[in-house]
Amino acid sequence: MNEKNNSLLVYTLIYFGFLYIPVLFLPIFSFNDANYMSFPLAGFTTDHYEEMWSKRNLHKALWASVKVGVVASVVSTAIALLAAKAFVRYKFRGQNVSYGAIMMPFLIPEIILAVSILIIWINLGFPLGLVPVTIGHILFCTPFAMLILIARIEGFDFSLEEASRDLGENAWGTFYRVSLPLYLPGIIAALLLSFIISFDEFILAFFLSGSDATLPMYMWNQMRFVKKLPHVLALGAVIIVFTTFIVLLAFWLRNVGQGKEKQDIAIKL
Amino acid sequence: MNENFIQINGISKHFGNVKAVDDVSFSIKEGEFFSLLGPSGCGKTTLLRLLAGFEYPTNGNLLIDGSDITALPPDKRPTNMVFQNYAIFPHINVEQNIKFGLRKLGLTDDEIKKRVDDVLALVKLEGYEERFSGQLSGGQRQRVALARALVRQPKVLLLDEPLGALDKKLRDEMQLELRTLQKEIGITFVFVTHDQQEAISMSDRVAVMSEGKIQQLSAPNELYKNPENIFVSDFIGETNFLKASTKSKDGDHINVAIEDLGDFKVKNNLNIPENSSDVVCSVRPESMMISRDKSDWDICLEAKINQTSYLGEMTRFYVEVSGINKVITVSSQHFDNQSFENNTCFISISLEDISLLQKK
Repeated sequence: MNEKNNSLLVYTLIYFGFLYIPVLFLPIFSFNDANYMSFPLAGFTTDHYEEMWSKRNLHKALWASVKVGVVASVVSTAIALLAAKAFVRYKFRGQNVSYGAIMMPFLIPEIILAVSILIIWINLGFPLGLVPVTIGHILFCTPFAMLILIARIEGFDFSLEEASRDLGENAWGTFYRVSLPLYLPGIIAALLLSFIISFDEFILAFFLSGSDATLPMYMWNQMRFVKKLPHVLALGAVIIVFTTFIVLLAFWLRNVGQGKEKQDIAIKL
Repeated sequence: MNENFIQINGISKHFGNVKAVDDVSFSIKEGEFFSLLGPSGCGKTTLLRLLAGFEYPTNGNLLIDGSDITALPPDKRPTNMVFQNYAIFPHINVEQNIKFGLRKLGLTDDEIKKRVDDVLALVKLEGYEERFSGQLSGGQRQRVALARALVRQPKVLLLDEPLGALDKKLRDEMQLELRTLQKEIGITFVFVTHDQQEAISMSDRVAVMSEGKIQQLSAPNELYKNPENIFVSDFIGETNFLKASTKSKDGDHINVAIEDLGDFKVKNNLNIPENSSDVVCSVRPESMMISRDKSDWDICLEAKINQTSYLGEMTRFYVEVSGINKVITVSSQHFDNQSFENNTCFISISLEDISLLQKK
């Protein structure tokens, strides 16, 4: 028994090692006083972080990513909310087909999605830039947001909405006073995760952004010059910390209130 | 008092090919405790949801206190509902739950406070204002649901199996309490249940439903004593059915030939025609007598006890009567498992206790 447990522990450690050690190199080298990523370390410095403040193009790319991320996450969460509610609440003709259609961008290779949008966009005669990137991100984020929201809404007791109607609220009042507060943790989780997905996304941005670089595009561009590598490492380290925080927050929010009834002590009458 | 407070006129509700409610018409009196009773899928809950406005009828119309509510949405109806699972809003506390429905009634803050305090006292929940649904027991949730509905002072309170989730002892208490409460406040209650004992013990009148239709609508004791058809006779309490055919009428009685037993004259409340073979006789287990010796009752049959079950307040005997190819159920408070030698006994029936029913 013991032996088996130990081998599983070793496996687990190796697994997490493969997963996270490369990621750890990024922050380590971002504080290294050298232009190359190699051992031994040359000394501690925060120069690479300071360098980020002066990069105009970096700021522009960051702002572009934030704009795209906010619009894409809000729009895809809104679409996902309506769709998730419909899928959970009602049985209708074409349900499986429309579910599959919404989930499709989740399954088909991103590069195919990117090329398809590119072809259509160019044939329509529109210029490349942040608009087609945002549209691509909305398509790409919606299935993620929908999966989160379906999980949230599936546990929802729809007699609560009927109770609200029964107590004199119309459909909007019911949505505002009952459904929205109860869906809210799921909605915020969906917003955060779609934002992160959009913020990190590279392939769609690569094909569709034209000259308006997003942050991942900016990083990719900088990688071609040896001298510019260190501040990209610093940027990468910052993004890792930020992304981890958001994802943890989203997962925490997703579960908020779900197990509440079990935790609370029912007081006997 | 308004005899036709709630009018249900030719109401049907179809879901696809299923006729959940099938051309039903009746009236409910003002201030009445009215129950819709039937097995699951009989249409009772659909009828209640039609009254609440969660479903709209395929045909027919609904009136409450003289005004047509058929097309009104739930929030515009003078009804409030206590849901089967109580549907207490989990994100707000007890007090906010109770106040939920007062927002649009245009009351002053003082009036709201008074109404909330009164209703909390009525359902005995003072001191629980700050609790959330997760911190309440089943019985307390039920009281919150009741308070939340009653605080709006509806003309009609609809209750969808509100006691189903409670354990037996609490359920018995709440039955009594609900009944007292209803008499106290005088609001018309429409109560849905599948539990015949619950319906019989609480209601002024009961409508027994099956397959979307009303099988019988009467006072509880009438349902038990004078069932109008086989379904009601079978559903309310327990009974034995014996095949029979009618012969000639004799005033309000009729001559029947009960299969394997012979010819008897029984009462004919339902005015069943002569020479019909589509009839059965129903005899309640507790209306028969079981004894060691022969009796002088109208019918006395020698029988053999197959099985007994001891139920505390009474014992139920499953007996085989010589000549009748059917197990008869008899219950008795006076005998128990050890009372009979060699399992032989006599069962006696009074003709007055035989109900003649028509097969459908």
